[in-house]
Amino acid sequence: MVEHGDIRVVHRGGSKINSREPVVTNDSRFLLCASGERVKVFSTSTEECVHDLRGHTDLVTGVLLRPTNHLQVYSCSVDGTVRLWDFTDGILIKVQLDYCSVCVTCSWLMFDIVCMCVCAELFQLVAVHLPQSGDQLVEAQELSAVLSNVSSNPAATGFGRGVRAPPLRSPNAPPGAITYPKTDSPHLLTTQRKGGKNTLMCIACHPKDDCIATGHEDGKIRLWRNFNHKKEYTYTTLHWHHNAVSSLRFTPEGTNLLSGGLESVLVQWRYNQESERDFLPRLGSAITHIAVSPDGTLFCTSHSDNKITIIQSCVKVSAVIQGLVNGESVRTDLMVDPRSKSLVLNGKPGHLQFYSLQRDKLLYNLDIVQQEYIHELGLQQFEVVKVAFDAPGNWMATVEERKPKAAEPEINLKLWAFDEQTQSFVLNTTVSAPHEAQITSMCFSQAADGQTSMLVSASEDGHFKAWQLPRSAYEGPSWSCDFVGDYRGLAPQCCCFSADGSLLAVSFQEVVTVWSPASWELLTTLSQPPKAIRDLCFGRLGCSKYLMGTTASNLLCCWNLLTCSLEWSTSMDVSLLLSDPLTENMAAFCCQAESTDLFVFKPSEPRPVASLKAVCSGKVTRAVFAPREEMLESCEESSQWLNRSQLYFLTQHMLFIDDSVAMTPFYLLLGKHRKQENQDSLTRLSAELMPLPRGSLAIKELLQSPAHVLPSTSVLCSMFVESLLVSVADGSEESKHAEEEMESEKEEEDSEGEMESRTPRPEPASPGLQSAESAAPALTKAQLKELRRVKKLDHGWLADLLLS
Amino acid sequence: MGEFKVHRVRFFDYMPAAIRAMAFNRRTERLALARADGALEIFNFADNYFQEKVIPGQDGRAVEALCWVGRRLFSAGLNGEITEYDLENLRPRYTVEAYGGPIWTISAVAYSLSGCVPCQVGCEDGTVKMFEVLEDRIQFQRNLDRQKGRIISLCWHPSASLIAAGMMDMIRIFDVETGRATHRLLVERGVGASKSKEVVVWSIAFLSDHTIISGDSAGKVQIWDGLTGTLARTHLVTKWDVLALSVSQDESSLVAGTSEGTVVQFQFLSSTLDGQNKDWVRTRTFKNHSHDVRALVHTETAVVSGGMDTQLVVRPLLDKVEKNTQESAMRKMAFPHRSLVCCAKKAGLLLFQFPDHLELWRLGESDGHGNPGDSLPVKRKPEKLIQLKRKGEDHICCSALSPCGGWLAYSTVTSFRLYRLQNNTISITKVSKLPKDLRSAHQLCFSTDSSRLFASSINSSVVVVALNQPECKYLHTLKPKSGSREPVHLLFASEDGKWLATANTACEVQVYNLDKIKLHCTVPVYGSCPTAIAIHPTSSNLVVVHADQQIFEYSLVQKEYTEWSRRLQKQGLHSLWLERDTPITHVTFNPKHPAHIILHDMFMFCVIDQSLPLPEAKTRLFNQMILRSLPEPMRILHRHAFKMCKTFQNLMCVRLLEDHSLVVVERPLLDIMSQLPAPVRQKRFAT
Repeated sequence: MVEHGDIRVVHRGGSKINSREPVVTNDSRFLLCASGERVKVFSTSTEECVHDLRGHTDLVTGVLLRPTNHLQVYSCSVDGTVRLWDFTDGILIKVQLDYCSVCVTCSWLMFDIVCMCVCAELFQLVAVHLPQSGDQLVEAQELSAVLSNVSSNPAATGFGRGVRAPPLRSPNAPPGAITYPKTDSPHLLTTQRKGGKNTLMCIACHPKDDCIATGHEDGKIRLWRNFNHKKEYTYTTLHWHHNAVSSLRFTPEGTNLLSGGLESVLVQWRYNQESERDFLPRLGSAITHIAVSPDGTLFCTSHSDNKITIIQSCVKVSAVIQGLVNGESVRTDLMVDPRSKSLVLNGKPGHLQFYSLQRDKLLYNLDIVQQEYIHELGLQQFEVVKVAFDAPGNWMATVEERKPKAAEPEINLKLWAFDEQTQSFVLNTTVSAPHEAQITSMCFSQAADGQTSMLVSASEDGHFKAWQLPRSAYEGPSWSCDFVGDYRGLAPQCCCFSADGSLLAVSFQEVVTVWSPASWELLTTLSQPPKAIRDLCFGRLGCSKYLMGTTASNLLCCWNLLTCSLEWSTSMDVSLLLSDPLTENMAAFCCQAESTDLFVFKPSEPRPVASLKAVCSGKVTRAVFAPREEMLESCEESSQWLNRSQLYFLTQHMLFIDDSVAMTPFYLLLGKHRKQENQDSLTRLSAELMPLPRGSLAIKELLQSPAHVLPSTSVLCSMFVESLLVSVADGSEESKHAEEEMESEKEEEDSEGEMESRTPRPEPASPGLQSAESAAPALTKAQLKELRRVKKLDHGWLADLLLS
Repeated sequence: MGEFKVHRVRFFDYMPAAIRAMAFNRRTERLALARADGALEIFNFADNYFQEKVIPGQDGRAVEALCWVGRRLFSAGLNGEITEYDLENLRPRYTVEAYGGPIWTISAVAYSLSGCVPCQVGCEDGTVKMFEVLEDRIQFQRNLDRQKGRIISLCWHPSASLIAAGMMDMIRIFDVETGRATHRLLVERGVGASKSKEVVVWSIAFLSDHTIISGDSAGKVQIWDGLTGTLARTHLVTKWDVLALSVSQDESSLVAGTSEGTVVQFQFLSSTLDGQNKDWVRTRTFKNHSHDVRALVHTETAVVSGGMDTQLVVRPLLDKVEKNTQESAMRKMAFPHRSLVCCAKKAGLLLFQFPDHLELWRLGESDGHGNPGDSLPVKRKPEKLIQLKRKGEDHICCSALSPCGGWLAYSTVTSFRLYRLQNNTISITKVSKLPKDLRSAHQLCFSTDSSRLFASSINSSVVVVALNQPECKYLHTLKPKSGSREPVHLLFASEDGKWLATANTACEVQVYNLDKIKLHCTVPVYGSCPTAIAIHPTSSNLVVVHADQQIFEYSLVQKEYTEWSRRLQKQGLHSLWLERDTPITHVTFNPKHPAHIILHDMFMFCVIDQSLPLPEAKTRLFNQMILRSLPEPMRILHRHAFKMCKTFQNLMCVRLLEDHSLVVVERPLLDIMSQLPAPVRQKRFAT
C-alpha cells in the first residue's frame, strides 16, 4: 500500500442530519438519515450511530429503502450517483452513475427502478431508469422528464397510491402510467393563490385512498379529493397550526395524518374524523420532517436544531438523536472545555452545547438563559454570545444578549463554577448589565498558580472591566468588578492575557494597550496605523514575549514586548488568528479568492512551520485547537505542530444554486505524519505540490505565494526544475490522475481508518475474518471489507505511477 | 355629471327581520323565504335573484317551516296553524288549525302519481299529522302513531312510503301505510355539561338509498343506515347546534348550517378513483354569516343560506359553475328590492316605512356654499314630524306620500288608510270616507299635482281615486287587456298627469292614458322583471330597468323603442354594469338636463347622459377619477354616457328634490349588525 503523507483536511462530522427526512427500516430497528456526504445508520433503541455509509463525494439528497430487498438502501447525492448499500453491514453494493452532466440539487428516490430528481436549471421531475445489472458500476442512460416546473422544495412533491414504474418511452414522451401527474398540476395550485399566504409548503398522499394532503404557509392543511376531474375536485380545510405547516405524513395504514411545524407540536389527525386530533407537544424545536416506520409503530420527527426524535405510537418520545446544533450562526467562538475536552459553542436558543469531537455526538446542553422558550417566528430571544473558560476548567463565563428592536440590548454576564459532585457547571454569579453596550471580547487570565482567577470583558461602551473573585468569609464566594479601564474613550475590540497572566493586552481600534493586572497601570501602548486591530494573541511558552495582532488593513504584526517594538510584520489578509495553548505555534487563516489558506508559524521566526493552500472553499471564521488525548511522536517538521493538538474549523459550505441549501459541515484538519517515499528533508513545499498535475500550476503557485512563506531560493530552484520535469513526462499520467480522482475517496476512507486510533465504528469480534494481510491489529471488520474491495479494484494505474 | 347639494340621510333605522325558513321550488326556480316577523318573500332565481313578491307579516304569525306543493306555498308555525298563501294577491289564502299544538315542521312529497298530494306536519304533542292537498284547500287525513316528545323535523323518503322524523334524543322512521314506527334511532347526547340536556334533532334528510342524515343540537351531523337503523358515521361539525340541512337533488352533496354561522359541505365521494365504495366526506366550510344559519337550500349550483343576521347569501359552488363569471360571484342580499322610502319632492319630506309604523321626517336645511366634497353646516336639523302606528295586526305593505306633502296613504293586506297632513301645524287627520274598491293595495302612487291617488289592486288592476279637500272619490279602475292576475309592483304617474305606467311581476309594462282613461299601449314583454320605471317629463319616453340590468327606453308617442334604446341594445351594456348584483330600484330625471337619467341601486347611483357616446366594451366604466386627472380637451375624448358615483353606500333611496338637491338615504350594514343580538361564543385564536 502506498501511503500519502501530507496534511489533509478531513471532514469530521457535525453535519446536518435534518436536511432530508429520515428513513426507518422495516423492522424499526434502524434509522437512516442523510448527513452531509454520508448516510448514517442509527439504532432506534440506543440512539447510537451503528454505521456510517461513506462514499458519496457531495451532499446526500435522498435515502430510500429498496422495496424489493428491505436490507438494502439506495442513496443519491448531488455528485450525480445513486448508491446501493447494505446498511446492516455498512457495505457499498453498487454504484450507479447518473447523468453527471446535469447538476442534481434535490433528488428523491421513490421506487426500485425509478429515481426522481430535480435538475438545478430546470426544476424538472425526471424519471431515471436504474439498469439491473450485476456490475459494480452502472451508468444509467435512460431518463425521461415527467413534469417540468416543479417546486425545488422536496417536501412539495409526493407520490400517491398505485404509482408504478412507468414503462419508459422515448425521453420526450410523457409516461402515461404515472397515475397522478396532477399532484403538481396547475389547477390544484393556482386556484388557491387568492389569499396570498397560502403558498404550498408540503404534500402527502394517502396510501390507500385517492386523497392528497397539502400543507400551506398560513398553517392550513387541505385534504383534496376527487381531483381526477377537471372541475369537481374538492377539499377540506383543517386548521390548527398558526404558522406554516412544514411537514405532513400519512401513517402506512392511512388512518392518521401527522403534521408538524414551527410550534414543535406533532399533531395527529384522524383520517375522516378530523375534528379529533392528538397532540404531542414540547418536542423542543420546529419540526422539519416527519417519517413513519413501515409498520406504523414509530414516528420520527426531524427538528430544526439538528435533532431527530423517535416517538413510539404518538405518545412517548423514546429516543433523541442530536447532532451538532448549529442554528443559524455560531455566536460564541469555538471553545474547548478543559475538563471534558469537548467542544463548546452556542446551540439551542439560550443553551450552550458540549459536543464530543471524538464521538461526533452531543454530550449535553447547558441551559444558560434559564427562561422558557417561546416558539414564535420573529421573536427576539436571548442568545449566548460569548463564552470563556479558565485554564483548569473551574470557571466558565457566559454572556447572553437580547437585542430588541429599537431598545437597549439586554446583557447578562454569568459565571459558572464547576461542581465536582454533579460534574457540571453551577451558576455562581449573575451580573445583569455588566456593560452598557455589546461585549466584544472576554477572557480569563491564564494565571499559572490557578489561585486567583480574573476575567476581563471588553465592551463597545468604551470600557473594559476586570472581574475578580474576592475571598469573602460569608455567603460563599461571588464575582465582583475589580477595575474599569478605558483609553481615550475608544471602544476596546479584543483583549488577551499573556501566558503567565502578568500582562493584559487590550486593543482600542489601532492602538494596543498593555496593562499590568497586578497594579492596573498602563505599561505601554503599541500601535500600527492605519487600520483597527482585528485580532490579538500572545505567544506561548518560548514565544511568550511576543504579541501577535492582525489589522483590518491586511497586516499581521508581531511585537516584541521586551523592546516594545515591532519585531516583524507581513501583509496578508488574516481572517482568523489563534494560538495553540500547548505549543508555541499559531495558526492564521487567510481568505483569498473564495478559498482559505492556512499558515502555521512560530512568532519567533517569520518562516511558517506549515502552510496549506486551499484547505476549504469559503471563509473560515471559527476554529479551535483541541488537545490530543495522547501525544504523537513525529519527527517530520511539517506536521510536528499537530503532535500535541488538532485544529478544528467550521466552514460555511454554500451550494451555489438559487435556493441555496446552506450546509455547514464541520471539518477537521487533521495533520498526519507519514513516511513518504520521495520526500526529502526540505521538500515540505514540494510535498504539497506533488499532487498538482502540472508543473505550470506549480509555477503559478510559486509566483502567487507571499514571499515570506517561501523557502530559500536554492530550494525553490531545485523544485522549480523538478516541476518542469514532471510536466514533460508522458501524457498517460494525466489520465491516471483523472482516474485517481475517482478512486480517491476510497483511499481516503482507507487511510483515515488506519490512522484514526479512535474509530466511531463498533468493533465486532470476528476473528474468523481476520486475514493474514491485516498485520496491524486495529483493523475492523468494515475496514477489512474496504480493503478487500479496494484490492478488487484495478490498481494497474498505481503501478504505472510508481514506476514513473 | 353635474353638481348636487346632497342631503345625506342616515336616520332611517331600517331593521330587517331574521330569516326563519326557506323553501326552494326547483321547477319554477322560486325561493320562498320566511322572516321572523311572519313576512314572506319570493325570490326568482332564474331572474337574477330578484325579489319578486313580498307578503307582509302579521303579529303572532311565526312561520317555522315552509313547503311548496307544485306552485302552491304552505307554511306552518308555532301558532299551530297551516297557512296557504295567495301569491297573486300577496296575502294568506286560508288557515287551517292542526290541533296539535305548535307546529315545528311541514313536509310534502316531492312528487306524486295520484292527484292528491299528501302533506304532513310535525307537532309539539308528538303527532305527525297527514293532510291531503286538495284543489282549493287541504284536508286532515290521519295521524301517525303518536310519540312522546315533540316532532322537530320531518323528511319523506322519495318513494313516499317512509317518513323520518327527528325528535328529542331520537329519530323515528314511520311506515306511511300502517302509520307505525318501524325504527327508533337513538341520538347520542353531547359530552360534558350538555350530557344532561336533551339533544334536539333540528334537521333531517332521507335519501333515496335509505340513508338518513341528521343534524342535532350537540353539533353532530350523523349518517344512518335507514334500512337497518344503524349509525354509519358521525361528523362533529361544531360545538353548538347544527340547525339546518339540505341535500342537493342528485344526492351527492349535503350542506349543514350551524349556530356559529358556518355552512359545512359534505360530499358523497368514492375514496379511490375507480372504486365504487362511496362515503360522505366533509369538504368545504363557508363562513358568510355572523349568527345562526337557520335556513339552507342546496340548489343545483349554489348554497343559499339565511339566518339571524338577516342576510340572504347565495354562495355558488365553484365546481358547478364557470369560474370568473357573474354566476360564480357570491351574493349577499341585505335590503329589499323595492323602496321603503317615499319623498315629497316639493315639500322636502321623507316617509319611512316600517312593518308596524310610518315615520315622517322633514329634511334639514343649509344655506352654506362650499367646494365639491365639503360637508355644509346644517342650519336647521332634520326633525321627525310624525310617527304613525298602524292599526290591526297586519303589517304595513305599502305607503305613499303626495309630492306636496299634504296626503299620506298606507295599506295593509286587509285595510287601507288615507291621511290629510297639515305641515305647518303638524296635524294629521284620517280621511274617514273611503271608496269601497279601495280596501287593499300592493302599491300606491300620487300624481304630481297630488290630485289623484293610484293604488294597484287585485288582478293587475289600478284603482284611481280623486283627492279633494273634504273627501276622496273613486274615479275608475284601469285594467290591462292581457287579463294577467299577477300583482302590480311598480306604478309611475307622469309629471304632466297624462300617463300612468304600471309593471307587474309577469314582466308586463302597461301605459294608461289618464285623459282618455284607457290603456294606451303595452310595452313589448321582456323576459326579465322590471325593477324601476319612469316617464320622462318632457319627451314622454318611458324608461324601464329590468332585473337583469337591461335598460329600455320606449317612446309613448311613437309606441316604439327610441333610437337611443336601440343603439344601447345593439351595442350592449358594459360587462361591469351587467355584473352588478343589486337591481336598480329607482329611476328619475333631472329637469335641468333633459338628457340625464338618474338611477341607483344599493351600492351606487348613476347618471346616464343620453347625449354622450355609450361606453365600449373595453373602456373603463368607472372613469370619474381618471377624467378628473385629464386635461379638458382629453376629457371629451374619454367621456361616456355612464357616470357613476360610489361615494354613498348601502343606499335605500336617492331622490331629486324640486330645488335640485339630492336626498340620499343610507343605511350602513354595520348599523344593522350592531343591533343584532350577540352571536354564540366562539373561541378565537390567541384570546
